[in-house]
Amino acid sequence: MNRKADVVVIGGGPAGLAAALQADAAGASVLVLERDKEPGGILQQCIHNGFGLHYFGEELTGPEYAGRFIDRVKQTGIEILTDTMVLEFTADRRVLAVSAEHGLLEIEAGAIVLAMGCRERTRGALSIPGTRPAGVFTAGCAQRLTNMEGYMPGRQVVILGSGDIGLIMARRMTWEGAKVMAVCELMPYSSGLNRNIVQCLVDNDIPLKFNHTVVRIHGRERVEAVTISEVDVKTKRPIPGTEETIPCDTLLLSVGLLPENELSIAAGVEMDSVTSGAVVDEERQTSIPGVFACGNVLHVHDLVDNVSHEAELAGRSAAAFAKHPAPAARAHRVIAEGGVRYAVPQMLSDKAEGKIDLYFRVGDVYRGAALLVKSGERTLLRRKKPIMTPGEMEKVTVDVTGLTDDVHLSIETEG
Amino acid sequence: MRYDVAIVGGGVVGCAVARELSRYELRAVLLEATEDVAMGSSKANSAIVHAGYDCKPGSLMARLNVRGNALFTRWCEELEVPLSRCGSLVIGFDEADRAQIEELYAQGVKNGVPDMQIVDGNRARELEPSLSDQVTCALYAPTGGITCPYELTIACSENARRNGVELRTNAPVTAVEALADGGFALTCGGERVEANYVVNAAGLFSDDIARMVGDDSFNVAPRRGEYLLMDRNACHTHKVIFQTPSKMGKGVLVSPTVDGNIFAGPTAIDQTDRYDTEVTQAGIDTLRKLAVRSVPTLNFRAVITSFAGLRAVPSTGDFVIRPCETAPHMVHAGGICSPGLSSAPAIAEEIVGLLRGQGMDLREKADFEPHRSHIPAFRKMTREQQAEAIAQNPLYGRVICRCETITEAEIVEAIRRGARSVDGVKRRTRAGMGRCQGGFCSPRVMDILSRELQLPMEEITKFGGHSNLVVGKLKEVKRV
Amino acid sequence: MTKEMICISCPMGCMLTVVQEADGEVRVTGNTCKRGETYGRQEMTCPMRVVTSLVRLEGGVRPVCSCKTRQPIPKAKIPQALEEIAAQLKRAPLRRGDVVIADVAGTGVDVIATSDIAAR
Repeated sequence: MNRKADVVVIGGGPAGLAAALQADAAGASVLVLERDKEPGGILQQCIHNGFGLHYFGEELTGPEYAGRFIDRVKQTGIEILTDTMVLEFTADRRVLAVSAEHGLLEIEAGAIVLAMGCRERTRGALSIPGTRPAGVFTAGCAQRLTNMEGYMPGRQVVILGSGDIGLIMARRMTWEGAKVMAVCELMPYSSGLNRNIVQCLVDNDIPLKFNHTVVRIHGRERVEAVTISEVDVKTKRPIPGTEETIPCDTLLLSVGLLPENELSIAAGVEMDSVTSGAVVDEERQTSIPGVFACGNVLHVHDLVDNVSHEAELAGRSAAAFAKHPAPAARAHRVIAEGGVRYAVPQMLSDKAEGKIDLYFRVGDVYRGAALLVKSGERTLLRRKKPIMTPGEMEKVTVDVTGLTDDVHLSIETEG
Repeated sequence: MRYDVAIVGGGVVGCAVARELSRYELRAVLLEATEDVAMGSSKANSAIVHAGYDCKPGSLMARLNVRGNALFTRWCEELEVPLSRCGSLVIGFDEADRAQIEELYAQGVKNGVPDMQIVDGNRARELEPSLSDQVTCALYAPTGGITCPYELTIACSENARRNGVELRTNAPVTAVEALADGGFALTCGGERVEANYVVNAAGLFSDDIARMVGDDSFNVAPRRGEYLLMDRNACHTHKVIFQTPSKMGKGVLVSPTVDGNIFAGPTAIDQTDRYDTEVTQAGIDTLRKLAVRSVPTLNFRAVITSFAGLRAVPSTGDFVIRPCETAPHMVHAGGICSPGLSSAPAIAEEIVGLLRGQGMDLREKADFEPHRSHIPAFRKMTREQQAEAIAQNPLYGRVICRCETITEAEIVEAIRRGARSVDGVKRRTRAGMGRCQGGFCSPRVMDILSRELQLPMEEITKFGGHSNLVVGKLKEVKRV
Repeated sequence: MTKEMICISCPMGCMLTVVQEADGEVRVTGNTCKRGETYGRQEMTCPMRVVTSLVRLEGGVRPVCSCKTRQPIPKAKIPQALEEIAAQLKRAPLRRGDVVIADVAGTGVDVIATSDIAAR
């Protein structure tokens, strides 16, 4: 089947839906391609609350946050094809997708919004030694089994990684009657929110062990125990003699998320090796004209509210491009350095002017340090922050009118 | 009913023997201890079709490897199993290595290995550009190649079944009684199975099977080999790269797989436990250290999984392929370690010959079907074929494994062909073998297994036995 | 009574020391802002939590539906609330906002559905 749409959005999660709504509002015809049975993405399995404080001004659960967007989409002419997998897209903005209902779909797009989200790092990627029994799950996989399918993945649980999904699953499993023995974190700090540490772990008396990792998985058929060990703070290597074997039937991994960019890479989109997402300009346009990216496929966010804002920007930009396909020239780079791990956007186009939001993450915990944004000799911004941590994405707004040079973000520590 | 022949062990050897025997008018049964074929050494090895230069001239290993290598082309064509004759290199870094390489070359000539060459470092790097610039010489064997060992095993079992061999899984043989008439009564999974002949292809347990009829002429010891499997983008290595051999094995090799991944391995650890396939930190460290000597650009950040397999090392130093000393209607195919995979088709021929020698009545079937087709893979079809496949079966339009683009139709077909677990589906389709390692698709594969097999989710396992994936329904599981 | 706790009002995560005197007066130290004091006081006197869970469902496209307490409930009431939720078996369809349990655990707060689950 052959189709046409002004804006084709790949992914019907929070990013895809927000982008679609803005593109629709700007007058574009919009087609959303979603691989799951329903739109909403990963939010549908995030049944805990804490979403929407910034965007809606109230605290919602994941399905409620998604539901509000889905309700809005239903009131528009946006078409969502669910159970539909995109196989590839090309630089001339042709999208090939497949579904059981429609077979192969070839879609000619005025503009494309990439909103495929991210996936979890696995046991294999960490090379955790030991046996390979059933009972080792990524936290998100266990979350799906529990919250969507209605099954208990295990009874006695050890969690590796203190990312938010791991913390949330610690409470979830406890509330469903499992015993969470410990959460181990390789780093000396958690990448999860304080709120989750308190309300998921402290509330339920679950120990959080910093500088610890799993060094061995036991059990032939089902997990029977894991051995954890303290690690050297600098080398991250296990310290001999600190091993402790904890009986359990389940190991959950919450050890990081990776943007799911196979389609982007195959199409030739320029990638950022730090974010593992596309290199984009202030409109969220990638190196391929007319192809935009937003949400967790661009860089992993910790608040869905930020995803929505970013996606709306991408959706507006895509609609504008579909109307007037004028590729923007890249004028300046946005360079992360001196303690700043990455910044998005990584580029500014020759059209960039006025106030622009820069999102960034730092590489370490900084207390009382300042973020410095400079362009040549010009200081665009110097803002002292009480605390910056790798786990929390930061945002600053700078005026980029009349720039003549690249923009540099760095951390200025006292003394 | 008494079978003409019972084959003990559903690894690559047992399944190849079953397939070869299915050419003849025989009542044959294949007895596999676990829930699926290819569950032991056959699922976790180097997947190499060796050229045959590293076996001692005059040994069974040497003869069957070279013959097996030659047979691979036809077997893989008939069974639609991937085979790539990518060629292999044994690389050397100094004069001592060169001496070994020359020795291997001479051995290869004696064994009848065709077309080998000794090349210098520059030529080696022309053949394989990812090689280290420290390489000074190499043995190049163009007949060396790679295949997919579990797919070959599964294909042989499917083809054998198509030709009338019965397959019993979850049927561990726990006793064998030699009957007065020369036949056997086997106890397996609580049942008694009688057969005139027995083929002992029990891998790591082949010595146990021999001992059940009083034959203690050989022992088998497990040797563990650990591997690191990398994503497709780890490097661009196209040939099998060996280091010069040591006493403990063929050294750490770096090789592409037929699916385009790269792996490094194996280690070689002698042990007594015949189930222990742990991967150790020491093993991982060793592999990382040694593999980069061959290919310095190897990217270990692209590791998607690590695993280990056990090689069945015979105490005799050679494959044990001969009639049993105490009950000659049992024929051993025991202690099949490397190059067992490469030799498997030739071992199957050899076993048939030995059975004939023991008086088995072998009449060829008129309707033997040598062909077995692979589950049609959506990702390998042209666009036109994909459209056609979906038109025929809409489930080809539902992608379940997004990393490898595996559709529901392929998974349903795998279950129809005998997959009973998530890993069984994985080995037949590749669902869950990609970079997310099943994080996304395993709940969906479990769903499909549950639906197709009409089993509750609680009974769906990763690989049979007690490898259940969920412990119960929410709200119904007792609080800990 | 004295309690040590991490303030969750912002990423700073101040370590608070909260002391409750015999006469009921509460003092918070360790905070760097007013929000920390409010948080510490609340956590000491009556910590409140929103409970999110799943309720079993018959005849739906999924076997469970997500739910939450409409408002926070006292932390001490969580186990009872969870038990009441676990005992429920609802019929699909359920709409976001539908009351699953009225007045859960005697808190005066309702448990409501947070997903839309269609009937099969």
